[in-house]
Amino acid sequence: MLSRTADNLYWIARYMERAETMARLLEVGSRISLLPTAHGYRNEWDSLLQASGTAFGFHQKYAEAEQCDIESYLFFDLDNPSSVATCISRARENARIVRTALTAQVWDALNTAFQELRVLAKQPRHQLELSRLTDWTMRHAAMVRGAIDATLLRNDGWDFLNLGYYLERSDNTARLMDVKYYVLLPRVEFVGSGLDNYQWTTLLRAMSAHRAFHWAYGGEVTARKIADFLILNRQCPRSLITCAEGITSHLARLERNYGKNTRAQEMALALEAGLAALSVEEIIEEGLHEFLTRFIGDIASLGGVVFETYLSGDVR
Amino acid sequence: MTTYFNEMYDSGKVRPPYARLEDWTRSMPAELREMKQAEAEALFRRIGITFAVYGEGGDPDRLIPFDMFPRVFTSGEWARLERGIKQRARALNAFLVDVYGRGEIVRAGRIPGRLVYRNAAYEKAVVGFVPSKGVYSHVVGIDLVRTGADEFFVLEDNCRTPSGVSYMLENREIMMRMFPDLFRGNRIEPVDSYPEKLRRTLASVAPTKCERDPTIVILTPGHFNSAYYEHSFLADLMGVELVEGADLFVEGEYVFMRTTEGPKRVDVIYRRVDDDYIDPLCFRPDSMLGIPGLMDVYRSGGVSICSAPGAGVADDKAVYTYVPEMIRFYLGEEPLLKNVPTWQCSKTDDCKYVLENLHELVVKEVHGSGGYGMLVGPKSTKAEIEAYRARVEADPGNYIAQPTLALSTTPTFVDEGIAPRHVDLRPYCLVGERVELVPGGLTRVALTEGSLVVNSSQGGGVKDTWVLAE
Repeated sequence: MLSRTADNLYWIARYMERAETMARLLEVGSRISLLPTAHGYRNEWDSLLQASGTAFGFHQKYAEAEQCDIESYLFFDLDNPSSVATCISRARENARIVRTALTAQVWDALNTAFQELRVLAKQPRHQLELSRLTDWTMRHAAMVRGAIDATLLRNDGWDFLNLGYYLERSDNTARLMDVKYYVLLPRVEFVGSGLDNYQWTTLLRAMSAHRAFHWAYGGEVTARKIADFLILNRQCPRSLITCAEGITSHLARLERNYGKNTRAQEMALALEAGLAALSVEEIIEEGLHEFLTRFIGDIASLGGVVFETYLSGDVR
Repeated sequence: MTTYFNEMYDSGKVRPPYARLEDWTRSMPAELREMKQAEAEALFRRIGITFAVYGEGGDPDRLIPFDMFPRVFTSGEWARLERGIKQRARALNAFLVDVYGRGEIVRAGRIPGRLVYRNAAYEKAVVGFVPSKGVYSHVVGIDLVRTGADEFFVLEDNCRTPSGVSYMLENREIMMRMFPDLFRGNRIEPVDSYPEKLRRTLASVAPTKCERDPTIVILTPGHFNSAYYEHSFLADLMGVELVEGADLFVEGEYVFMRTTEGPKRVDVIYRRVDDDYIDPLCFRPDSMLGIPGLMDVYRSGGVSICSAPGAGVADDKAVYTYVPEMIRFYLGEEPLLKNVPTWQCSKTDDCKYVLENLHELVVKEVHGSGGYGMLVGPKSTKAEIEAYRARVEADPGNYIAQPTLALSTTPTFVDEGIAPRHVDLRPYCLVGERVELVPGGLTRVALTEGSLVVNSSQGGGVKDTWVLAE
């Protein structure tokens, strides 16, 4: 297929996944902020901006990290390149460009999300509960995903969509976990306290993985278990290793289809093998934040190589 | 008071092709009609058929209003139109081959050389080159208006990239979905073979160097273009890639597209971009849209470009006047379709007449299109007429004028019920190894009462167009 078409498909997936993550981040932030704030640690909302990489843009516009401003900025603001509204608009614009590579159902799901968003954006903010906005986003993300899985031809376009999903999701899971780091940064003594556990639980909830976690591990929520679940457990749909596995399997399909292997495939295999060989102890020893930062960097370079190999149109 | 030909009611009686439609409208209560109208609109919006209007801002996803009341032709009416349209499409192509070759028609004094050779649309870069099968204009859109039971006039020819064919196809789809009974009760010729015929036409003009099943692409200016929907729609129905300039590149003697598997050779480009934007090396160095080197490949027979660069000289409004001459000159036939009498302001006498009669005439810019920059004398205020007079006086050569035609009307759904509104017709004639057209076209309707301007950019709507089987 045309490289540009593949690129559009890839970005539809990335933007939809990113929109969902933004909504999940908002959910984390709002739950964490329901805790008493007398402990003197940093403003949780600020940590959220840090983790999502939107702090700079936000502070250009607003002085203080107030909840209502953050909600507007992360959900509706089209000046914010990662807001839910921006992501959904871009996903839909990418879809409009490659209409012919999508089924009517996929287009319908994306277009409906976009049209409803335009209606939402016109409503007075005080009528919009945050939980309604996050639910709305996740519902539409699921509808798009469902339409893709149920109706799309399993050709190379499907692989590029999935590569977009998995690359974005692995980056996003790492970032969501990193919120914890920013929240707790100044006061190490909170680690292992009741507050700490509440925050970890919130993180699980935000990933819709709360129940799943209990089924998989049982017992008390600890940082070790959660790190294991979200990084190394192949059963967890959002874990880093599940994403890496998804990336390698779709790259392998492309390799078979096109009859040539690429650097992207080599890199992805190395990434997955690296994760498989790790234990949670080693991760904690390295430092969770350090590990996550390194991983986010690796995923970014893999994304770069996927672009060069398939999407840039410079393949010979 | 002008009387207009009503295509459904002739002196109080229903004309035969519309007979069944009368029962249909009688049996449709207002609520049902509103429901159906809303359903149609939702369908268009869901499918994503929207249209951006230049210079208006506002909603980029605006719909072209769709009127559910079909416009109907009998098979006899259509047969006459079809012959006339094909004749015209042949003559226009013969003219193009001639003026980029020996220019016999100019030598014979049948058309002034300056109109051809000094025309902004005359493309010096292709002089002496004969495109594959001698076809320049592969899709000829001929705009027709009707003024009486047997009277049709050609308003203008579109030899470059006439748009709107997706509406012809989608209007039919939506009508069939909403009113299946209408189609059971009437025997209506189908139009859905258009994409297949277009594909066959394009394949038939593959370049000389192509020795295999040709790879066809549609070249679009991009998704910001108002007709982008149509480009992607046609690509989808023909099963060909929709490319932008940046997706193509020239290497050696061929054109390639960038794919995820590496370069793939392209043989036929159905382009929906203007000449100016296809090759920055040949035409406009500032263009971001073109493919550098494309014209070299084209001239050496490595790729076909449809419509061929330079085709625009045939659909110029000043050249239009001479199309009947072309038909006589190249085909040795009498024109089957009439031209609208046209005054050319470049001629002193004509210009004098035009300026004296602005209030009765339609005045257009020679190179204008889309209904922009025209004056409809009888519908304009004194101030508008005077302002336009100044423009014509400043640059007479840029204007032509025609009498205000009594455009026919067809019944149309309006807020108050059903009322006559003025319509025109654009059929799409395909020219390749053979000349063919599907039985139908795009009917555009001026939705404002009394208005004669049907362009969608000026608030016109569209209708499904039926040709009844014998």
